[in-house]
Amino acid sequence: MTEPMPYAEAVAEFEPVIGLEVHVELGTESKMFCSCPTAFGAEPNTQVCPVCLGLPGSMPVMNGAAIESIIRMGLALNCSVVDWCRMARKNYFYPDMPKDYQVSQYDEPICVDGYLDVTVTTDDGPRVFRVEIERVHMEEDTGKLTHAGGATGRIHGADYSLVDYNRAGIPLVEIVTRPVTGTGALAPEVARAYVTELRDIMRGLGVSDVKMEEGSLRCDANVSLNRPGDEWGTRSETKNVNSLRSVERAVRSEIERQAGVLAAGGRVVQETRHFHEDTGQTTPGRSKEQAEDYRYFPEPDLVPIAPDPAWVEQLRAALPEQPSVHRARLAEQWGIGDFEMATLVNAGVLGLVEETVAAGVAPDAARKWWAGELTRVANEREVEPGELGVTPADIGRVEELIATGSLNDKLARQVFEGIMAGEGSADEVVAARGLAVVSDDGALLAAIDEALAAQPDVAEKIKGGKVQAAGAIVGAVMKATRGQADAGKVRDLLLERLGVTE
Amino acid sequence: MSAITRGEVAHLARLARLALEESELDHYAEQLDVILTSVARVSEVAADDIPPTSHPLPLVNVMREDVARPGLTREAALAAAPAVEDDRFRVPRILDGDDE
Repeated sequence: MTEPMPYAEAVAEFEPVIGLEVHVELGTESKMFCSCPTAFGAEPNTQVCPVCLGLPGSMPVMNGAAIESIIRMGLALNCSVVDWCRMARKNYFYPDMPKDYQVSQYDEPICVDGYLDVTVTTDDGPRVFRVEIERVHMEEDTGKLTHAGGATGRIHGADYSLVDYNRAGIPLVEIVTRPVTGTGALAPEVARAYVTELRDIMRGLGVSDVKMEEGSLRCDANVSLNRPGDEWGTRSETKNVNSLRSVERAVRSEIERQAGVLAAGGRVVQETRHFHEDTGQTTPGRSKEQAEDYRYFPEPDLVPIAPDPAWVEQLRAALPEQPSVHRARLAEQWGIGDFEMATLVNAGVLGLVEETVAAGVAPDAARKWWAGELTRVANEREVEPGELGVTPADIGRVEELIATGSLNDKLARQVFEGIMAGEGSADEVVAARGLAVVSDDGALLAAIDEALAAQPDVAEKIKGGKVQAAGAIVGAVMKATRGQADAGKVRDLLLERLGVTE
Repeated sequence: MSAITRGEVAHLARLARLALEESELDHYAEQLDVILTSVARVSEVAADDIPPTSHPLPLVNVMREDVARPGLTREAALAAAPAVEDDRFRVPRILDGDDE
């Protein structure tokens, strides 16, 4: 195996072309072609019936709500909705589908030719990239395999596999971009911004809970590299990309890997690769059918879909505010500019800030915690800020405690630390860790006297009118009280003690 | 007119996981040839102004309400499975040793 090329060198020598295939599991009550329930996390094989188990003689009937959802999704992505299309059978032998085919769409997708504009922050300010969308099509999800035997739990080396068909037949929408060029070194950020924007749109439409960690939003990233002026290179397709952060990391690591291969005079193989969260690397995966020959044909058990244009226009008129419009409105309400907004979006905390503001916290405070301390910790722990365990209500409570003078920012950070460590609510952490601003004058005066006695020369200076020297004493008091005092108050008490006025 | 080769029949058989004898390859090549020739004849008379027939009845948009109903019990779902483990269908090894 050749060594990956460091990222800066890779994007200096090669131009990346990326393509993204995103699968969105719809949040319908029932499955796509049968009435089985769709709740996540049910006991294995308890949400199945003859249709989704592919038993002989069973017949599918389309879920009207799923068709409505996909049309709304297509419209929100600026697509055209076709006036007539059919479902198709994608034939393959793999135990994730008991029918030995997946009902999907082939040459007649229901929505085509859309686009999505995404913004990434650069050193020169925000930059907008238009990602063109080739198609949005309807299909059904597959069952879940667990590989048994062998050391790794992976398909390689497994002795056999176990299948749960609860997920088989849940409506799944696939959104495919055209190749995205001209992003250069920003390719990983553009990929992440696209998936983030897509997630926010789907959430706004209410068609899916779009949880990457539960698999209701999944992303495959295609990457190829070419030297400037050359034809596009051979692409790899990376699967198993299960978080927004991973989208960015997977594209970046593929660019580094392919650049290493090409620079060493090698050839990139067209293949499916798997992304590993732990290492941030991709490894070659299996191919479902060695020669990808799915023998698609129109699904004979389902009649065509012909959306009434008047109905489509009704759906278009009823679309919610686009996230970009929504953001502009929030920016105005919160009094922040493009750059601050883009920072929130790229940190993946906009929704969290919004929820926090809705919980009654001032916008500046909500932004400060999410984009500052909590993003910092999330990056350090390599998780999404929303997975830290801190809720908008927690921030609301901490801000209340700050407002009443019980906490300062430094102590508040310790409260969040406790919440993230699973020590309970803000109040429980405050109580258990004994975190509270020391406001008892007696205790503070004692600490001040101690500090003055330890630094008599400083005391003399302050008495002599050098008020700026007070900092040394205040610092000593803060240290002695482990930061639990209000520095302003300490300063006032100190000056009062020495009979000095500013 | 189309002429299906033995090689194409063998390829199709492999995709469909059918084990065909040598003699059957010729037999099916001949039959598939007849089918494709017949379809080609229909295509000849179907001009651009004739939409493809999806179904004998001109139906579109047959949809059901999005209402969940219980399906099979797990016991019933797994009853006919050749092998079961941990309430899941147990299937043989998917990849052969040399498969990549």
